[in-house]
Amino acid sequence: MPTKHLLKIEDLHHSFGEEEVLKGISFSLDKGETKVIVGPSGTGKSTILNNIIRLVPPKKGKIYLEDTEITSAKKINEIRQQIGFVFQDFGLFNHLTAKGNIMIGLTKVKKMNKKEAEDLALLELDRVGLKEYADSYPSQLSGGQKQRVGIARALAMQPKLILFDEPTSSLDPELTGEVLKVMRNLAEEGMTMLVVTHEMGFARSVADELIFMEAGKIVEQGNPEKLFTDPDHQRTREFLFQLTDLYGEGEN
Amino acid sequence: MLEIFMEYYPLFLSGLGVTVFVTLISCSLGTVLGTFLALGKIYGNKLVSAVVRTIISIIRGTPLLVQLFIIYYGLPSWGINMDPITAAIISFIINSGVYQAEYLRGSIQSISGSQLKAAQSIGMTKWQGIRHIVLPQAFRRVIPSWTNEFIYMIKYSSLAYVIGARELMTEGKLIASRNYQFFDVYLVVALIYLIVIIFFVAIFNRIEKKVTIP
Ligand SMILES: Nc1ncnc2c1ncn2[C@@H]1O[C@H](COP(=O)(O)OP(=O)(O)OP(=O)(O)O)[C@@H](O)[C@H]1O
Ligand SMILES: [Mg+2]
Repeated sequence: MPTKHLLKIEDLHHSFGEEEVLKGISFSLDKGETKVIVGPSGTGKSTILNNIIRLVPPKKGKIYLEDTEITSAKKINEIRQQIGFVFQDFGLFNHLTAKGNIMIGLTKVKKMNKKEAEDLALLELDRVGLKEYADSYPSQLSGGQKQRVGIARALAMQPKLILFDEPTSSLDPELTGEVLKVMRNLAEEGMTMLVVTHEMGFARSVADELIFMEAGKIVEQGNPEKLFTDPDHQRTREFLFQLTDLYGEGEN
Repeated sequence: MLEIFMEYYPLFLSGLGVTVFVTLISCSLGTVLGTFLALGKIYGNKLVSAVVRTIISIIRGTPLLVQLFIIYYGLPSWGINMDPITAAIISFIINSGVYQAEYLRGSIQSISGSQLKAAQSIGMTKWQGIRHIVLPQAFRRVIPSWTNEFIYMIKYSSLAYVIGARELMTEGKLIASRNYQFFDVYLVVALIYLIVIIFFVAIFNRIEKKVTIP
């Protein structure tokens, strides 16, 4: 038996109606790894993440979380508890405070008591530098702060890995740094992360592996440094060059 | 006018009590019914949502008075008898529930998509997400329509007089038929409705302010 991967995706296919969006995606993620997916718009990056936690059930292929086959699991909500998800548009619950956003999963899903949940929520908010905003509502927070609450909410569930779908794409450029910094720290602490992003600085300095995909297929995957400097495919070079041009080196 | 009120105030007030009671019960239970109908229509399977759509179109497409008559005069022929107030409350709950279902549906649908996805992403079941995330926001958003519904209902409840439920309008009619001062008596009745509605609108506006999310 080969070593167990934390997440394993095998020949994933998806289509919306006639349009085939994913045409056989396979890759895996080991514990503590950070992988970054890049690719042009409409390539199916979000679809992969949504397929993983079955917010959009995949049409074909298998996905495993350790020994559990997610794709056929009966109680998908129990698997979702173990996989954090950070949305491009934050997905915060608008009627709850920052603290409440984190507590509700703990009390309703993990059945923790209120006091414990509150303590943990404050701890996680502190971890993303937002302790003093515990009682603020989403509408009272900046985009960067909202996204950090989103990350804290995912963290509080103590997931085995976290999926990020363009976590900084709806932020003003000056706010992306604070979010990337939190993500960088997480990677250093050993969190397993699968990140869709256009932030090439982050990809280059944090990712263990970069996955470049286009039109529903993986074109090339490997060490980010290699993909940037000496890719096997001309298309990879063009795309990464163009992205770096557009978005710069990101936060550094 | 004031003399009329002073002379008959126990009757006016007892009628008012019935009116307010009937309206509050009908609107509140209407909310419960409306919530189930809206959820059935949005999240139910084909059969459930078809049933809900049929109920909504039947109730919306027929006059409230006819519904009231069917329940009060029609059901006894199937052996179901009830007093006028119960009959009125039941028909008002159904009627109000259907209208509230439509208000709620709009409000739920405007919230549901991404918020429900976020709820499911942290491991909530769909139902938990609806209950803890979608509905609390939908209810807040629907308060202005609910206030309107309440105003309609307090006025429509006067229809119950035709089956003899002793609400405010019925009491007015009884008083007027005794003293023949139709103008003054009905003016008092109208004023009482007006004052009560202003009072309740003020309360609901307060509640709305209080639960509004910043
Ligand atoms: N719910 C849906 N129904 C129909 N088509 C969809 C749906 N969601 C996505 N698509 C289509 O599937 C394709 C892939 O979408 P996806 O969101 O996965 O791309 P992406 O790589 O995340 O793009 P972006 O960088 O713009 O976020 C697109 O052509 C999109 O229009
Ligand atoms: Mg996307």
